[in-house]
Amino acid sequence: MNLDLVFFLILSVIAVATAVGMLLSRNAIYAALFLVLNFVTVAVFYLLLGAPFIALVQITVYAGAIMVLFLFVIMLLGAESLPEEQALPWQRPLAALLGIILAVEATFIFLTRARPIGDVTQPDASVNTMTNLRALSEALFTQYLLPFEVTSILLLVAMIGAIVLVRKEKRVP
Amino acid sequence: MVPVNYYIILSAILFILGVVGVLIRRNSLIIFMSIELMLNAANLAFVAFGSVIRSFSGQIFVFFIIAVAAAEVAVGLALIVEIFKSKRSIDVDQMSSLKG
Amino acid sequence: MHLAQEVTTGFYSLAPWLVFAPLIGFLINMVLGGWFMKQPWGENAVGTVASLASGAAFVVSVLLTLSLSADHGEVMRWRLAEWIHIGELELDWTFRIDSLSTTMMLVVSGVGTLIHIYAIGYMHEDVRFKNDVGRFPRFFLYLNLFIAMMMILVSGDSYLMLFVGWEGVGLCSFLLIGFWYELDTLGRPSWANSNAAKKAFIVNRIGDVGFLIAGFIMFWALGSLQFDEVFEAAEGAAPGVILAITLLMLVGVAGKSAQIPLYVWLPDAMAGPTPVSALIHAATMVTAGVYLITRSAELYTLVPQAQSIVALTGAITALFAATIAMGQYDIKKVLAYSTISQLGFMVAAVGMGAFVAGMFHLVTHAFFKALLFLSAGSVILGVERGHHHTEHAHGHHGGKLKKGKKKEGKKEQRHEPVHEEEGEVFDANDMRNMGGMRRTMPTTYWVYMIGTLALAGIIPFAGFWSKDEILLDASLHYPVIYWILSVAAFLTAFYMGRQIWMVFFGEPRHEAAAHAQESPRVMTVPLMVLAVLSVLGGALNLPFEGFHNLGHWLEHTLHEVETLTFNLPIAGIATILAVAAIYLSWLIYGRNPLRAGEIDPLKKRLGAAFTALENKWYMDELYHAIIVTPYVKISQFLADVIDWRFWHDWFHENVIAGTYNWLSGIALNRYADQRGIDAFANGLATFTQWSSVILRKVQNGFVRSYALSVLLGVVLIVGYLILR
Repeated sequence: MNLDLVFFLILSVIAVATAVGMLLSRNAIYAALFLVLNFVTVAVFYLLLGAPFIALVQITVYAGAIMVLFLFVIMLLGAESLPEEQALPWQRPLAALLGIILAVEATFIFLTRARPIGDVTQPDASVNTMTNLRALSEALFTQYLLPFEVTSILLLVAMIGAIVLVRKEKRVP
Repeated sequence: MVPVNYYIILSAILFILGVVGVLIRRNSLIIFMSIELMLNAANLAFVAFGSVIRSFSGQIFVFFIIAVAAAEVAVGLALIVEIFKSKRSIDVDQMSSLKG
Repeated sequence: MHLAQEVTTGFYSLAPWLVFAPLIGFLINMVLGGWFMKQPWGENAVGTVASLASGAAFVVSVLLTLSLSADHGEVMRWRLAEWIHIGELELDWTFRIDSLSTTMMLVVSGVGTLIHIYAIGYMHEDVRFKNDVGRFPRFFLYLNLFIAMMMILVSGDSYLMLFVGWEGVGLCSFLLIGFWYELDTLGRPSWANSNAAKKAFIVNRIGDVGFLIAGFIMFWALGSLQFDEVFEAAEGAAPGVILAITLLMLVGVAGKSAQIPLYVWLPDAMAGPTPVSALIHAATMVTAGVYLITRSAELYTLVPQAQSIVALTGAITALFAATIAMGQYDIKKVLAYSTISQLGFMVAAVGMGAFVAGMFHLVTHAFFKALLFLSAGSVILGVERGHHHTEHAHGHHGGKLKKGKKKEGKKEQRHEPVHEEEGEVFDANDMRNMGGMRRTMPTTYWVYMIGTLALAGIIPFAGFWSKDEILLDASLHYPVIYWILSVAAFLTAFYMGRQIWMVFFGEPRHEAAAHAQESPRVMTVPLMVLAVLSVLGGALNLPFEGFHNLGHWLEHTLHEVETLTFNLPIAGIATILAVAAIYLSWLIYGRNPLRAGEIDPLKKRLGAAFTALENKWYMDELYHAIIVTPYVKISQFLADVIDWRFWHDWFHENVIAGTYNWLSGIALNRYADQRGIDAFANGLATFTQWSSVILRKVQNGFVRSYALSVLLGVVLIVGYLILR
C-alpha cells in the first residue's frame, strides 16, 4: 500500500460519490455542481496519470465551459426541479437491475479474463516541461492533422447549427 | 504503482453510473449530463492506457473527444431550448409524440 | 404356273386394266359428271364413258383369254403390288389368269357392258319418271365401281383378294339397290328402297362372317391365304379343319348367292333399277358364291360330307324358291325367285362335284337371266310410258269409276281395261296390270320368249344344255337331288309360262298396258345380243364328244373334270317335264286369259297353299319375329336401360358426379380448403395482427425505454461474449 494507491482510492471514492450525487439530486443545479466536482476529480486523475495538458483542458473546457453552459440553460429554462410524475413505473427498477447486471459482468471480466497489463508509473518531473508539451503538439499537428482539421470544421458546423436552431422564424405576413 | 486495471475499473463504474443516470432521470438536462459523465469515463480509460504504453495517442484522443463533446453539448442544448419553447417542459416523458 | 412377269408372250401385263379401266371410268364420271349433265349430250357422254370403261375390261378379258389359250391354259399370275408382309404372311395383290377366272371375267365384263349400254336408255327414262335428272351420272359411277370390284373378285390370286372384291360388290349392291333411296317408284318419299338396300347389306354381312371365319381358320391351320399354297397345305391337314372351312365358306355362299337361309335379301333387292337387278342379282354378283366353291374345288373334294351339304342346300333352295315364284305378281319378283332357284341349281351342281356343269349353267344363266331382267325392265318402262300417256290424257283425274267392276266376277263380260281410282297407287311392275303386251311391245315380246324358253330348258336353247348336264350328273350320283331338281325344273317352266301368258297374251288389264310403247333401240339392241347368246350359248359345252369346250377349258384349272355324254332318257324326261309344265300353265292362264280384277286362278285351286306362296311362305315374317324383333328389343334394352338409365342417369349422376361433388364440396372444400388452408391463411393474418398489437407497445414514444432496450442489448451481448 503505497501513497499512489491511497491517493487513487481517496480520489476514486470522491469521483464515485459525486457521480452518485449527480444521479440522485432532485435539483438540476445541484446535479450540475456535482458533476463539476466530478470533472475536477477526473482532472486530478489526469495529473496523476501524467497528462497535465489534458487535465487543464478538462477543467477549462469541460468543467469551465460545458458545465457553465449547462447551468445557463438550466437557469434559462427554470428547470431546477420537475414535478413528480411516474409515466413508466418499471423504468427505474429495470434500469437499476440492468445496471447491476452490467456491473457484475464487468467485474466478472476483470476478475477472470483481465491480464495484468502494467502499472501506471508515477510521472516524473519531466512531464511538466515544455518539451513534453512540444512533443504533444508536434504529434497533434503532424500525425493527427487531419482529425484536427476535421474537428475544427465540426466545431464550425456545431456553431452554425446552434445559431440556426435558435433563430427566430420569420413570420409570414 | 497503481495497476492500470484499477483505473479501468473506476472508468467502468463511472460509465455504468452514467448509463443508469440516462435511464433513470426524466429531466433531459440531467440525462445530458449523464452522457457527459459517460464520455468522461471513456476519457479516463483512454488516458490510463496511454500512460501505460507511454504514448501521446491517448491524450490526443481525449483532446478530440473533449472537442467533440463541446460541439455536441452546444447543439444539444440548443435543441433542448427549442423543445422547451414548444413543449414548455424538459421532461423526456413528455416528448413521446413518436409513439406507435 | 409361274409369275407372268417372267413370260414374254401374251397380254398378261394388261391384267391390271381389268380393274383400272372401270375405275378410270368411275373417276372420269365422278369429276366430269356434273359438267356433262349441263350439256345437251351429257347423258350420252356419261353412259358412253361408262360403257367404254366396261368394254375395255371386256377387251382385256378377251386378250387374256387368247393369251392363255395360246399357252395351253397354264396358270399365269401377274403381281401388281405387295400388300401385307408380316412375318411369314405374305399377301400381294396378284392377278390370277387361269381358265376359271377368265371365264368369269368374260361373263362379267361382257354381260356387264351390254347392261351398261342398256342402262343408258333405261336410266334416261327412269330419272324423268322420278324427276331427278341430276342423279343420272351416279348410276354409272356405281356400275363402273361394281365392275371393278367384281374384277378384283374373279381375278384375285388369294382368298384375301377375293374377299376384297366380295366386300366391294356387296357395297356396290347396297349403293345400287338403294339408288333411289328416298323415293318410291312414283317419285314420292319412301324409305322402302333404303330398307331393301340395308337388308341386302346386312344379310350379306351375316354370310361374310362365315367367310371371314373360314379365312381365319384357313390362315391359322394352313398358314396362307393364297390359292395354291392353301390347296397344297390342305392335303396334309386334318379333315375336321377342312370341313369347318368349307362349311363356313358355304355360309358366305349362302349370303352372297342367296341360298337358304340367307336368300331373303334378293327379292327385296328388286327395289333397285332393273339394270341393277340384271347385272348384279342375276348375272354376276350372285354367282360369286358359285365361283368361290368352284375355285375351292380342291378343298371340297377332300370332304365329301361338306359336298353333300352344299348339294342339298342348293337343291332345296331350288325347289323352295321355285314354289314361291309361282305365287308372285310382281314381274321382277318372279324373276328374282327364279334366280334364287337357278342359283340353287348351280350350287347343287358344284356341290355334287360337277364343277363344269355348274360353271356352264352360270354362264348360260347369265345370258338368259340378264336378258329376262332387261326385258322385264323394258316391259315396266313401256307400261310406265303408257301410264304417263294416259294420265296426261285424263288430266290426272282417276277417270270414271266403272261401278261394280271389281265386285262382280264372271258375270262381267266387258274386258275394258281399268285405271286406278283416286288415291290408289299404280304399280307398273304388277303383272295383273299387264296383258297383251305382245302387240304393244313386239321386240320385247320376242326376246322375252327366247329368254323364257332358255330358262325353261327347251332344246336347243342354252338353258337346256346346261340344266340337262346338271340333271345328268345328279342322276348318276345323287338320285335324291335329281328328283328334287327335276321338280324344280318343272316348276320353273310352269311359272315362266304363267308369266308369259299373263304379261304378253290376253287383253291389257289396265289402261297403261294398253298404251305401252316399245323401248328405244339403245335398250333393245343389247336385248337382241343377249337373245342371240341365249340361243347359241349351249355350244359352249355340248355333251358330245369333241364339243366339251368349256369342260376342256376348265380342266386346266380344275384338273378333275367329268365329261358326260348325252343321255337321251334324262334329256327326254327333262324336256317332257318342261313342255308339260308350259302346257299346264297355258291351261290355267293362257286358255282363259286373266281379266281385269280377277284373282289368280291358281288361288282358287290351291287355296291356302297359294296364299302361302303369295306371302313367300311367310319367311320374312318368321325372320322378323325370331331374329329382328328380339335383336331390336335387346338393343333397346341395352341402349335405353343400361346405357341411358343406368349408366348415364344413375351412374354418372349419382356415382361419378355425386362423388365428385362430395369430394370437392365436402372433403376438399370444407376440410381441406376451409378448415385447412383458409384457417391457416386467416390464422396467419390473425397472428400477425395479434403480435403487432403486442409488439406495438414497444414503441411507446418514450426515449428512456428505447435507451433501456439499448442497454438491454448491450448487457446481453456482453453476457454472450463472456460466456462464449
